[in-house]
Amino acid sequence: MVAQNLRLAIRGLSVVFTRRRGGSVTAVENLSLGVREEEFVSIVGPSGCGKSTLLRIVAGLIRPTSGEVMLDDRPVEGPGADRGMVFQSYTLFPWLTVQGNVEFGLRLRGRPPEERREIAHRYLDLVGLRGTEPAYPKELSGGMQQRVAIARAMANEPAILLMDEPFGALDAQTRSVMQELLLRVWEQTHKTVLFVTHDIDEAILLSDRIYVMTTRPGRIKTEVAVTLPRPREVSVMDTPEFIALRQRVHGLIREETLRVLGLESRDHL
Amino acid sequence: MKRDRPGLLARLSEVLRPHEPISRSAYLAGVGASAVGIFALWAILTYGGLVAPLFLPSPSDIVRAAAALIADGSLAEHTWASVNVIVTGWVLAVLLAVPLGILMGTLKFVEALLEPVVNFVRYLPVSAMIPLLILYIGIGTPQKVAVIFIGTFFQLILLIADVSANVPKDLLDSAYTLGARRSDVFGRVLLPATLPGVMDNLRITMGWAWTYLIVAELVAANRGLGYMILDASRGLFTDRIFVGLFTIGLLGFGFDATFKRLHRLLLPWSPKI
Repeated sequence: MVAQNLRLAIRGLSVVFTRRRGGSVTAVENLSLGVREEEFVSIVGPSGCGKSTLLRIVAGLIRPTSGEVMLDDRPVEGPGADRGMVFQSYTLFPWLTVQGNVEFGLRLRGRPPEERREIAHRYLDLVGLRGTEPAYPKELSGGMQQRVAIARAMANEPAILLMDEPFGALDAQTRSVMQELLLRVWEQTHKTVLFVTHDIDEAILLSDRIYVMTTRPGRIKTEVAVTLPRPREVSVMDTPEFIALRQRVHGLIREETLRVLGLESRDHL
Repeated sequence: MKRDRPGLLARLSEVLRPHEPISRSAYLAGVGASAVGIFALWAILTYGGLVAPLFLPSPSDIVRAAAALIADGSLAEHTWASVNVIVTGWVLAVLLAVPLGILMGTLKFVEALLEPVVNFVRYLPVSAMIPLLILYIGIGTPQKVAVIFIGTFFQLILLIADVSANVPKDLLDSAYTLGARRSDVFGRVLLPATLPGVMDNLRITMGWAWTYLIVAELVAANRGLGYMILDASRGLFTDRIFVGLFTIGLLGFGFDATFKRLHRLLLPWSPKI
């Protein structure tokens, strides 16, 4: 990793939550990672490993206990429009139309109406939702709402897009279509993305690199480079290279899951 | 083989399935049956001479009493006086309770400031505070408005606080990651996000405000529906008591329908409609 093209650099990050009744939990411990410009990086790990916490720290929504987060060589001090985020839960503003939702960030920055409309149309086009502008979120399916949420985050043209299990609440069929859509969007935009998921196939299909996290306290266990050629199609999932990667990542996460359950190896099962 | 139309029992069992929708005609039949049933029972009890008019006047007695009260203009005057007191007290309560409630549900520090006080006052009977109110603000209209205010404000503030505490945190976090500052979040996220819940609670507390009417018009009133009922009961004019009750019921019905309509009209995006 060449230091100067790092869009996002996290060094020596630790997060300790103090419990109400005393005592403390170390959610993330001495974690370091980097994301290059135009790179799609995923973080996978067993549940409760602190991967969502990590993403919220990058977004500036949680303060780390120690360590630093640098975006384009400037320290992250709080939330900002340069780090767009897509959440697992449905977070469209129900009182705004699709158009109003996508324009939300642009409006905050005082962009003129014609420009807002033009940008909103461009990103709704990108996620295949032109024509839904006047609809309210309650009229959209879950998958459509998440597409609008992606368009809303991208319309702000953030330096990095943070995605916290954005398809986690969708049914299996919709999820796979959404993965395909995100793959196509990425091939067109080459947006820098930090993506959190527990879906191994999703991580391999979409990413250039995958960080596998350990169980709590969360650290980086290994980094896996996804060498599958781009542009990718969903059919790549049937190739021997993909299957080998899947087995490797699966094995790594399984080790961690067994540790959570207090089983050091499968002999105990 | 000839098939008969479904019998009454079969049709009854059809509309009595838990949580299942029923046809519009079946629903209207229920509404009609309830109205006709109550009216029929009332007519039998009164015209049949089973209950003395002193306790329950007949429908025609009440219509006659209502006509007299309408003719001399007193019903309109009493109604107007009561609506005035109730709407004024309720509007004052809303103007204060909505912003305070939103802050209380959002900021833990405001909750610490307000919640213990509100929960203490909320349990005090409004009627027990009347002597104090007379001492502080006299026996005029302000005293009556104050009764309505006290009766609704302390309930409403807690309801609104609950609504704003339930605004999903991810909604606020989304706004932050789109570039919103803390000052933007109140007006652009919290306020609109609470509107459907606020609207529901406005409707509910307006109903509660009417239930305080008698308490409000207990002291030194010379008009108002509450006064009219109290006055009629002193002379045992049962028919006039019923005219007062019917008027209050109809007004409540009207206010409720108006709120529901406004909700649909003003908040077409609301997930509650």
